Amino acid sequence: MTRYLLKRILMLIPLMFGITLITFSVIHLAPGEPVEMQMAMNPKVGKEARERLTKFYGLDKPLHEQYFSWVGKLARLDLGRSFSSDGRPVVDKIKERLPVTISLNVIALLLEFGLAIPIGILAATRRDTWLDKGITVFVFVGFAVPTFWLALLLMYFFGVKLGWLPISGLHTLGSDSWGTLRYLWDLAKHLIMPIMVASFGSLAGLSRYMRSAMLNVISQDYITTARAKGLPERVVIYKHALRNALLPLITLLGFSIPGLIGGSVIFETIFAIPGMGQLFYQGVMSRDYPVVMGILVIGAFLTLIGNLIADLCYALADPRIRHGEG
Amino acid sequence: MAFKQSYFYSIFWPRLKRNKLALVGGAVVLALFLISLLAPLLSPYEPNAINAWKVLSPPSWQHWFGTDELGRDVFSRILYGARISLKVGFVAVGIAVTIGTVVGLLSGYYSGLVDATLMRLVDIMLCFPAFFLILAVITFLEPSIWYIMMVIGLTGWMGVARLVRAETLSIREMDYILAARCIGCSNARIIFRHILPNAISPVLVSATLGVAGAILTESALSFLGIGVQPPTPSWGNILTSGKDYIEFAWWLSLFPGLAILVTVLAYNLLGEGIRDALDPRVKR
Repeated sequence: MTRYLLKRILMLIPLMFGITLITFSVIHLAPGEPVEMQMAMNPKVGKEARERLTKFYGLDKPLHEQYFSWVGKLARLDLGRSFSSDGRPVVDKIKERLPVTISLNVIALLLEFGLAIPIGILAATRRDTWLDKGITVFVFVGFAVPTFWLALLLMYFFGVKLGWLPISGLHTLGSDSWGTLRYLWDLAKHLIMPIMVASFGSLAGLSRYMRSAMLNVISQDYITTARAKGLPERVVIYKHALRNALLPLITLLGFSIPGLIGGSVIFETIFAIPGMGQLFYQGVMSRDYPVVMGILVIGAFLTLIGNLIADLCYALADPRIRHGEG
Repeated sequence: MAFKQSYFYSIFWPRLKRNKLALVGGAVVLALFLISLLAPLLSPYEPNAINAWKVLSPPSWQHWFGTDELGRDVFSRILYGARISLKVGFVAVGIAVTIGTVVGLLSGYYSGLVDATLMRLVDIMLCFPAFFLILAVITFLEPSIWYIMMVIGLTGWMGVARLVRAETLSIREMDYILAARCIGCSNARIIFRHILPNAISPVLVSATLGVAGAILTESALSFLGIGVQPPTPSWGNILTSGKDYIEFAWWLSLFPGLAILVTVLAYNLLGEGIRDALDPRVKR
């Protein structure tokens, strides 16, 4: 296990290098220097100030030097300062928003898996019944629904029509002075719709995946054996089949992370949730390039770490990976 | 086409034909082609014609899907929006499939250092949340439909590359490749003349599903105001005004969303149908 772990961590190094290289080139291949962008927002800046800014960002140096100095700063978690009027360090901005996005996504992920696993089992064990067909229809529609549209529909029904749920933000104004219980209840009400939207998209895919994993396992010889020796169907399904069907799902956990982080741009923007996705969107709209660059790198690193964790879980669960060549 | 005509008529088409859902999907896809081709004839109003007397009027016999905040006919705008979706879907997927196929072929055929480098590139690209990468690139370019198609294509080729690589790896060991090499075929000829036609059919599936994905991405970008710019109608940017007027005008949100839903559903059903028809293990 230690060897496997070491190998996996060593493999991260070229990937991290690649991530920084791509982020750097995305920003620098695009026309329009960052200084120009900052100037464009503040036309009063004169020529002298422009040169000072160029110096400040090191843009007068050759490209490879710029890259290495940027990576050096990145290693010390210095992502530069935001171009917006407050001019705060990007790291601080991300730091205060990251927990919101991560906790929302973790809740959504738990909900997804919590629902997709039983749905998948149901569809697989009752194959070709109306239930299975109904689930298949749901899955296909789920694949095709644009999440932002779903968000709009939910907002219309639960927010506007019925007035049950608040349609934006995380707290009601003035909720700070309420008691803990009331405060939490308020927070929960604000979270229901964003979490529904965040988890809906992947729920369809996960259920379908779970169904085919389950069908795959059920057709194996050891399941026939288990049935042949007279075990009750419950034990066969939940003890023998399920454990093996769950294995590939772990890998999927890792793969779903970039989608979740990317999706947070949409639902955080729609529901006005102060998370990383919203920060990214605001950065994009105001061409706040240090913010965009910083979140792009952080988002990719988070994915990398998520994949690593998923792989390690897989190795823990499946001794073949741990002891094999892996 | 990737496969021989006889295969198409004797195996592929009869199998696809039996899959009713896939046929429905295919029919909708065809209908969408016709709609975008004939949009000027089909639409009852000019998509950008403003009517100050009919601002935000609900669906009626004159305006089937109602009107928007400038009194423009939503039904006509949705018909024209089909053009954007189709264009984005096909061009973006064309780019993704081309890059993915070339990378996959090279990677699978040459193995060794070429393979290792290209596959690491795939791994790296997969680390970026695709939507972030697209947004970031669009930020630094002027928002235009061509950039959007390019960027969606450039961030979506990795799956195809892995698929084609896997196919190439197994085809490379076939006897006919050995035969081709014996009679002195160049590497380029072997790759493009002998391997490519045999490796491409699974790409058909991911291309069809990819069109659906590209349409969703474009609509999300347009919804966020970074994609197709008004007044050009796209399903995504009609939904943007839907959001602004959600309290008074539900039709602005409902119909463009349904258009996206139906289109994406159709491509997905068709894609899954093609997958089943191509897969020798699926028996019906």
